[in-house]
Amino acid sequence: MNAKTPIARFENVGLRYGLGPEVLQDVTFSLKSGSFHFLVGPSGAGKSSLLKLMYLSMRPSRGLVHLFGHDIQTATRDELPALRRSIGVVFQDYRLLDHLSTFDNVALPLRVANVKEQDIKRHVEELLAWVGLKDHMHARPPTLSGGQKQRVSIARAVISRPKLLMADEPTGNVDDHMGFRLMHLFEELNKLGTTVVVATHNEAIVTKLGHPVMRIEGGGLKVIPGTRGKKVLAERALRGKV
Amino acid sequence: MFSRRTDLPLDKDPLSRFLPWLIAFMVYLAALAQSGVIGLDSLAQRWDSGMAAPLTVQIPADLETGTAANARRLQIALNIVSEYPGVLKASVISKDKVLELLSPWLGLVEAADVPLPILIDVETDSSVDFDARVLSQKLARRIPGTQVDDHGVWLARLIEMVRTIEGLAAGVLLFILLSAAGTVIFTTRTGLTVHAEAIEVLHITGAHDRYIAKQFAGRAMSMGLKGGLYGIALAIPTLLVLGHMAGRMEAGLLPDIEMPVLGWASLLCLPLLSAFVSGVTARRTVMRNLRRML
Ligand SMILES: Nc1ncnc2c1ncn2[C@@H]1O[C@H](COP(=O)(O)OP(=O)(O)OP(=O)(O)O)[C@@H](O)[C@H]1O
Ligand SMILES: [Mg+2]
Repeated sequence: MNAKTPIARFENVGLRYGLGPEVLQDVTFSLKSGSFHFLVGPSGAGKSSLLKLMYLSMRPSRGLVHLFGHDIQTATRDELPALRRSIGVVFQDYRLLDHLSTFDNVALPLRVANVKEQDIKRHVEELLAWVGLKDHMHARPPTLSGGQKQRVSIARAVISRPKLLMADEPTGNVDDHMGFRLMHLFEELNKLGTTVVVATHNEAIVTKLGHPVMRIEGGGLKVIPGTRGKKVLAERALRGKV
Repeated sequence: MFSRRTDLPLDKDPLSRFLPWLIAFMVYLAALAQSGVIGLDSLAQRWDSGMAAPLTVQIPADLETGTAANARRLQIALNIVSEYPGVLKASVISKDKVLELLSPWLGLVEAADVPLPILIDVETDSSVDFDARVLSQKLARRIPGTQVDDHGVWLARLIEMVRTIEGLAAGVLLFILLSAAGTVIFTTRTGLTVHAEAIEVLHITGAHDRYIAKQFAGRAMSMGLKGGLYGIALAIPTLLVLGHMAGRMEAGLLPDIEMPVLGWASLLCLPLLSAFVSGVTARRTVMRNLRRML
């Protein structure tokens, strides 16, 4: 994979569950390395399904899915873990392991990758401090608030510095203020080179941040260019710097 | 291959809490079967080697004719036996030995009190097909009342029977082993279903199947060891009681059934075996079942 290889590339992808109708039809797009996209569409349109294909939880019914230059249709089962370690996922419902402490939940991707315990301790403590959960390191998920769980799941998604980060409605259960703070976290990671896709219903966030938008509707996907450059110009104009 | 640390709450599965006791029960039965095999094996071996002479000639004591006549009859018998084809050696068993052999039936008696039969040990050439009946007829014609006991046939039948029982016990042992493995497979599959969601999270974070299998294997191994130790702890008193009862019953009829040191050692290996079998079985079950997932 070289710098020009897209992080993810879908070509005429179709997806159906069992014998049901196609949830996704002829979906074609590619994500450039270092890009930031919002994924929008009405409820039930197939946003989570698209992400599932990208985090290798399912294979498409037809079409091509390439991740980091690998065709996942022909990848063997043994090659998948290596690909998955380059992916971070924030699930809509967090999917934290309830019997593990906050620390152990966040440490999971590192343990799975056989990182040394002392390095794990350092990295995890650092990140937990950064997301404001240092005092809840030994707490178990059931005792945490919604927003705290959300931050644990985000910390778990980013601890191994993934090349591709996907977040499925990460602001679904928090107020706007917290929503923007979490988005800011994703933008920081994006600046460090992580490719980001955020599925969201929150129009305010989408318009305010101005990143390009992938819209799913009726099984198809359209990419709408971002308004970010224009917004920055507008802000500068407001501050009288042009 | 086995991991102690676990990301899955495997110790909370109701089935897996039950597993050590199932294994304990099976190890208990296995210990009984195995000591049966070991005990019978050493018994058969001692019969095989301990009773070297496959033939005993018994000349009844004749009180009327006195010692001189008895000595002459013995000489005649010895001559007939030694000349008989296939006989390697014929030797008279001493009076003391005869008394000792009879003591379980007679108690301790003075040699002079009872008319003792004269016994001759006969060693035969095992390569020759020896016909004891012809020898018996020949002897009886010259000395009425003489009997030939062919231990060979009797012993061979007895040993054959012991070996059959041994084979059955070994079969039981194998069956127990298979049931234990089956129980572990069933428990592991249940665990995979119960923890399917957590396992999916592990997979999505990049875990290899063997990472997950290691945790199941480590858990199963420790339960196998625990169950094995419980089972052995229950089996040892049982075996001691059985051994004591056999000791009282044997009274010279049987060579004592006794567990050799090696036998006890091999019994103590059972918990290790159950730990190993549980661990390996759980590992294989997980690897096999996860292969079907994406
Ligand atoms: N496991 C499944 N089995 C069968 N059908 C499914 C499954 N998961 C999703 N679907 C169907 O696929 C379609 C798309 O679902 P998906 O969850 O991708 O929508 P979404 O865009 O994420 O919706 P929301 O915004 O409400 O989260 C829906 O019609 C849903 O019923
Ligand atoms: Mg969804």
